[in-house]
Amino acid sequence: MSHPSQNAEREPLIHLSKRSGIHPAKAWGIRLAALALGLITCGLIAFLLSEKLRSDPKLIEKFYTAFYRASFGRGKIASDPYRKTWDFLQYSALLLCIALALTPAFRMRFWNIGAEGQTLIGMLGASAVNFYLGGKIPEWLLLILMLFAAVLAGAVWGVIPALFKARWGTNETLFTLMMNYVAMFLTAYLIKKWQPMGSGTLAFANGKLPALINNYLLIILVSVALAAAMFVYLRYSKHGYEINVVGESERTAQYVGISVKKVIIRTMLLSGMLCGLTGFLFAGLNQNITRDSIGGRGFTAIIVAWLAKFNPLVMILMAALVLLLQKGAGQISQDLNVQKTAMPDVIVGVILFFIIGCEFFINYQVHFRGRGQKREEAVK
Amino acid sequence: MKKLVALLLTLALCLGTVAALADGIAKEEVKLGVILLHDEDSTYDLNFINGVNEAKEALGLSDDQVIIVRNIPESNECYQTALNLVDEGCNIIFADSFGHESFMLKAAQEVPDVDFCHATGTMAHTENLANFHNAFAAIYEGRYLAGIAAGMKLNEIKAAGKLKGEVPMMGYVGAYTYAEVVSGYTSFYLGAKSVCPDVIMKVQFTGSWYDAKEEKAAAEALINAGADLISQHADSMGAPTACENAGIPDVSYNGSTIESCPNTFIVSSRINWAPYFEYIVGQKIKGEPIDTDWTGTIETGSVVLTDVNTAVAAEGTVEAIEAAKAEFAAGTKHVFDTATEGFITKDGAPLDSYLADVDTDAAYTPDTEVVADGYFHESEFRSAPYFDVQIDGIELLNAMF
Repeated sequence: MSHPSQNAEREPLIHLSKRSGIHPAKAWGIRLAALALGLITCGLIAFLLSEKLRSDPKLIEKFYTAFYRASFGRGKIASDPYRKTWDFLQYSALLLCIALALTPAFRMRFWNIGAEGQTLIGMLGASAVNFYLGGKIPEWLLLILMLFAAVLAGAVWGVIPALFKARWGTNETLFTLMMNYVAMFLTAYLIKKWQPMGSGTLAFANGKLPALINNYLLIILVSVALAAAMFVYLRYSKHGYEINVVGESERTAQYVGISVKKVIIRTMLLSGMLCGLTGFLFAGLNQNITRDSIGGRGFTAIIVAWLAKFNPLVMILMAALVLLLQKGAGQISQDLNVQKTAMPDVIVGVILFFIIGCEFFINYQVHFRGRGQKREEAVK
Repeated sequence: MKKLVALLLTLALCLGTVAALADGIAKEEVKLGVILLHDEDSTYDLNFINGVNEAKEALGLSDDQVIIVRNIPESNECYQTALNLVDEGCNIIFADSFGHESFMLKAAQEVPDVDFCHATGTMAHTENLANFHNAFAAIYEGRYLAGIAAGMKLNEIKAAGKLKGEVPMMGYVGAYTYAEVVSGYTSFYLGAKSVCPDVIMKVQFTGSWYDAKEEKAAAEALINAGADLISQHADSMGAPTACENAGIPDVSYNGSTIESCPNTFIVSSRINWAPYFEYIVGQKIKGEPIDTDWTGTIETGSVVLTDVNTAVAAEGTVEAIEAAKAEFAAGTKHVFDTATEGFITKDGAPLDSYLADVDTDAAYTPDTEVVADGYFHESEFRSAPYFDVQIDGIELLNAMF
């Protein structure tokens, strides 16, 4: 046996090397390929789970058009044929707002898992104002007070874990997570107190968000404005710079004279206030509150923020992408009539797995042994 | 001449079509959307899914004409789902959970040409919306019949000298202290009392519609407190399992539990929703309005009992149930019979008059006299139950609102 071939045997089947840089076009190629692979995998899973799909393979077309139909399909409500599209944009906007609220904290490496509770408590604050004052004061004043109460409540919910972290170094992930449950049960308790014999839903006649051309546009515009403002705040303001420094290294921050405690508290106040603002939007849109009103969006927003790598402008796209997947997955499970269905979650999970997983291939290059050999030969 | 005839025929055809459109719609044009709180894992939702499928089969509807959406919480998502179903072309939309009501109502206000039907709700008869409807069933009659089976079993135990206490005692695991549950356990108790006059009952509430652990614990507590027999109004297998473990007979709900509990299951009452789904689709085809409040009965096939487990039930149970059923049909027997002396008393006094809270308002003020002609008229002024009297013979161990 010759020496080089022994060498080749010792070389592992696959080895990885960190890419020094990748052409953006190539990176996006990898991302699109991952999305395509994710969709194909979901098709296979659906094929396994749905008897209906197996017996009528033509439904596979319906499977893939579901993503389009769920968010952009023309509906049968004559007065509002584009309702699905507007609804999609509106709920993307709400998801975006929460993701934006999380962004400054995440940039600071403060893992705020409490957006669900901070948003709900904001909504509860707005609803409390609506419950006690609705119909008794002018509508514009009511809305302003609701907004004020929501932002205040969100700020309180956000700043409590920050104070504990700054003062005693508590773990913010667990703390903010627990605060979600406190918010949820406080909401359930107050709804029961305000309406003792009801079904756990408190509905309001007042406190409706004003329409801007239609009922959807206001929230969409607020979210886009918020994204732009957050982009500017993080990139160009002194605060944004301080947040980045604290995130990179607390010691460096201390060394250059930044008060880490102050930055943590100030940033979580902002994060909580923005969640509260989103809670106000929910309150004014739904005109009702239940303990499930936020419906897990506070957690979904964490994924949105990560997918966008905490860039507020990319976040606009990512919020839309995640909602597109969620709505499509719901539509699929509805079309296929799958029993005992966790299928929407499975579909969204699989596709996100591919999208997030592909970042690995953008950061690292994979070398297979065979190819490596060829390359070596080529060099020779 | 031929042309004229052709023209006339065409005209007649056109008019006929128009008339048919005004009257109703073709069967193929019906599209039913069903919104469920959970999925097949909950016996409550499974009961609705079975009802929908049975009705679909009976009516000969195609797969595309029925859309079932599972796991829709009692939040704004219910409203969004209802509108989505309208966008999918549904012309009847149904929701199965009490907390869905305000969201269904909101959708009904926005889309007046689609019918919205809601099970267990209370608001249709006061909202006066032509396209919003409530439905329920006279399940209290079913529970009364199941109660007869319980009473006869107690008589058997008593005759054998195996009672735990001095008088026969039943235990009842309830979800919440709502009218729906109060009406249920009281009718069950009265059924038992009709054949076993000295029976008493203790009720333990769990504060949840589905909590296997809590329901099992409640049943065990009742058994330890001396219950000779258990029944329940909650959706898990908790209570039946506790009974099977302890060897205490159980009258179940929502469907037979004989497979898991062959040695203790006696009988179960349940609401069959298929007749209601057939009714609403039928009305849509005929172009006739759907009742604002629809109450299914034994006659409509909505209130049903499972087969009696003769291995556990006392002798003659089947015959006694059939006899009572015939009396209900003839109108000679009423569950909440206030005329028979000593049958229903509250604090020792007969129940001659009762103002029930039929019209839901913020303060829950009683508004309607419901005792007349010698009985309490349950589910007549609206479909959802409103019997919430705490009568003698039943002791509540706790309360859960």
